[in-house]
Formats: sequence, structure tokens, C-alpha cells
Amino acid sequence: MPDTLRHAWVIARKDLLVEFRSRTAILSVAVFTVLVLLVFNFGRDPTAVAAVDLAPSILWVTFTFAAMLTLNRAFQLELENQALDGLLLAPIGPRSLYLGKLLANLMFVAVVEAVGLPLFALFFNVSVLPVLPPLAGVIALATIGFVAVGTLFSAMTTRTRFAELLLPVLLLPFMIPPLIWAVLATAALLAGRPLSEAGGWLRLLGAYDIVFVTLAFFLFPATVDE
Amino acid sequence: MRLLRAGRWITVLGFVLLAGVYLRALAFTPVERSQGLAQKIFYLHVPAAIWAETAMVLVGLASVFYLFLKDPRLDRFAEASAEVGTVFAAIVLTTGPIWGKPIWGTWWSWDARLTFTLFLFLLYAGYLLLRGAVADPGARRRYAAVLGICGMCLVPFIHFSVYLFRTLHPMPIVLKPSAPSLPGSMLATWLFSLSVFTLLYVAFVMQRYALGLLREPAAGSEGLHA
Repeated sequence: MPDTLRHAWVIARKDLLVEFRSRTAILSVAVFTVLVLLVFNFGRDPTAVAAVDLAPSILWVTFTFAAMLTLNRAFQLELENQALDGLLLAPIGPRSLYLGKLLANLMFVAVVEAVGLPLFALFFNVSVLPVLPPLAGVIALATIGFVAVGTLFSAMTTRTRFAELLLPVLLLPFMIPPLIWAVLATAALLAGRPLSEAGGWLRLLGAYDIVFVTLAFFLFPATVDE
Repeated sequence: MRLLRAGRWITVLGFVLLAGVYLRALAFTPVERSQGLAQKIFYLHVPAAIWAETAMVLVGLASVFYLFLKDPRLDRFAEASAEVGTVFAAIVLTTGPIWGKPIWGTWWSWDARLTFTLFLFLLYAGYLLLRGAVADPGARRRYAAVLGICGMCLVPFIHFSVYLFRTLHPMPIVLKPSAPSLPGSMLATWLFSLSVFTLLYVAFVMQRYALGLLREPAAGSEGLHA
């Protein structure tokens, strides 16, 4: 197990280093996030609906789209020069590969969310600061769940026809349940209600995370072995 | 092919019995007091819903065993069950609004149960799309199995949603911890309908399985190698 984690960290570091050197993907996704937030501004009538009623949905739809874009990248990166075969031939288990990709994806999505959240607070005049720690917890819980499933699915979809289209189609049915719970928990937080009121949703998010991270960890080898 | 022919005959029998279900539901079962005739759709809707969910669980179980045993018959069964499940989910999604219009006054409400049934349908759609998008049969089977297992694990989250959300959908009255709360004659009709739907599921899967076998070019020799 320590070896698995160490190898996973090496993979994650490799991905993050590649990204840090080029910065193309992270910049594109950050700009995309800003654009989605802008589009939402034109899709609502500020006099009819209070920002705080719409805010949780806007936040989570933006994160969904941004996460979807980043998830495709993880394995697309390895298609060039058949880098994936190289990784599989390396003396590391496929599960380390999965954990590494998951870690890199999580950090990637976390950066995007860290960019998106302040902009969201600014554009929609939502006071995020007073509830920042619990809100960050809700975001982390939801993100872990769908990034775990998304990383598993992207390993399959990148090697199919129309990969970019297939990943959202497969992932959204899995993404929407945690998304609904996250929206409800976020709504409770932003409306100034205590976190205990969202306890049920948080427990569901936790259960989802445990089930799907474990499942993806054990199923991943089946997506790569030939 | 014997399997195909047997499947056809059982389908014919199933449809004849389905006509019997209609007859019994309309002529020999009392009309429910508050919902009137609209309640009759319960005899189709609920058995179809049970089989739509069960079919996904069976896809998942077949997928688990496929990953261990690598027997193509299990994969063929999963494919057949998924397609039949799609049909049953479509039945649920069409009979539901027909009942909803007179009772709720709207065809569709974004009720938890409806929404999650729609996800189940989209899950099936994604599963079938993934199967269509992978050219290599070995990879297709493994990918489909991974998605099938994830889908099976999503079903409990979908199923118990009705207990967690405030919902307009009637609570379960037959499959619940306490005894069924409906008159004996209605229960008898419902059980009759459930057994007819079970028969139809078996018949459809048999036919689809046989077609899957015919579609594979070297099905006979492959079966020996596995």
C-alpha cells in the first residue's frame, strides 16, 4: 500500500508538472469558467429572482462544466506517442495509475473551483466569506465523488470514438445526484441556515464518495488490461 | 435457433396474459376512491418500474461475474438485460405522465422519483452508447462491465431518493417494510401483472440474447475459447 501511494504521487506529480510547464489547459478552463459565469448573468432576470435563490445552481452548473472539460484531459494526454502503454509497462500497478490521475484531476478541479468561487461571489453579489469553511467542505465532498467516477470513465472514453461527447453522456447521470445534494447543502449555507440542516445531504455525499472512490479504485484495472 | 423461437413464443404468451391483466384491472378490480380510473395505470407502472430497476441490478451482477470469469455469455446477457431495461424504463416514463396529468394536473414535475427514473433511463442510454462506441469486442465487454457495475451501485441512491426528498410521488404501498396496504383484489391484480412483466422480461431477454449471439460472426468458436 505505501508503494501504491508513492507511485500514485509520482504519476500525479508528472501530470501536474506537465500542466505547470505548459499552463494551456488550466488557463483555458479558467477562462471557460469565467465565460460560463458571464453567460449565466444574461440568463436571469435580477428583478424577478433574488441572486441567492439562483446562486447555488449557477455555482454548481459552472463547476460541472469546468470539471467535465478537465476530466477529458487526464487520459487524452497519454494518447500521444502511446504514452499510456509506457505507463502500463512501467513497474507500477494500474491502481497507482488511477490514484495518481485522480489526485492530479482533483488538484486541477480544485484550482478551477478556487478561481470560480471568488468570481461567482463577485458577479452575483453573494457573501461567501462568512460560510467559507463549511462551503469549502461541501465543494470538496461533492468534487471527490464525481471526479472519482469521471477519472474512471475518462480512461475508457478517451479510447472510443467521439470521446469528448461520450464522457459527458456517461458521466452526467452519475454526476447529477451528488450535484443535487451539493446544491441543496450550498443553498442552506448561503441562506444562512446552520450546517446541521444540510446534514442529510452531507451524509449522502459522504456515502457516495466512499462507494464510488472504492469502486473506481477496484474497477480501474479492468479498463486498462489488454 | 431454439432460444429465439422459445423467446418469441413466451413473448406471445406474455402479451396474451397482459391483455388478461388489462381485463382484470378494468373489469374485476374495484375503482380506487380518490384517484378513480387513473389509478388503474398502477398495475402497469409499478411492475415496469420494478423491472426497470431490477434489470440494471442484473446488468451489474452479470458485469461483476464477467470481470472474474470472462465468459462472453455473461456479457451478452448484460447487453440484453440493458436493452430490455431501457424499454421498461421508457414504459415507466410514459405511463407516469399519463397518470400525472389527471392526478397532479401536470405531465411532468421535477419530483425526485421522476427525475431519478429519468437518470436511470439515461444511464441505460449511456451504457448502450458506450457499447456502440468501442470497436474492439474485448475492450467493449470490459468497458461495458465497468459501467454496468457503477450503474448498479447508483440504483440504491436512485431508489431511496423517494424516502429522502419531499416528494409528490405516492409512497410505495406494496414493496415496503410493513404489510402491503391495499385491498386483496387489487393486490392480486398487481401480483398477476408483476408476474406477466417478469415473463415479458425473460422473453425479451431470451430473444435479445439470441440476436446478440447471431450478430457475433464467430460466436460458436468464441464460446469454446472462453
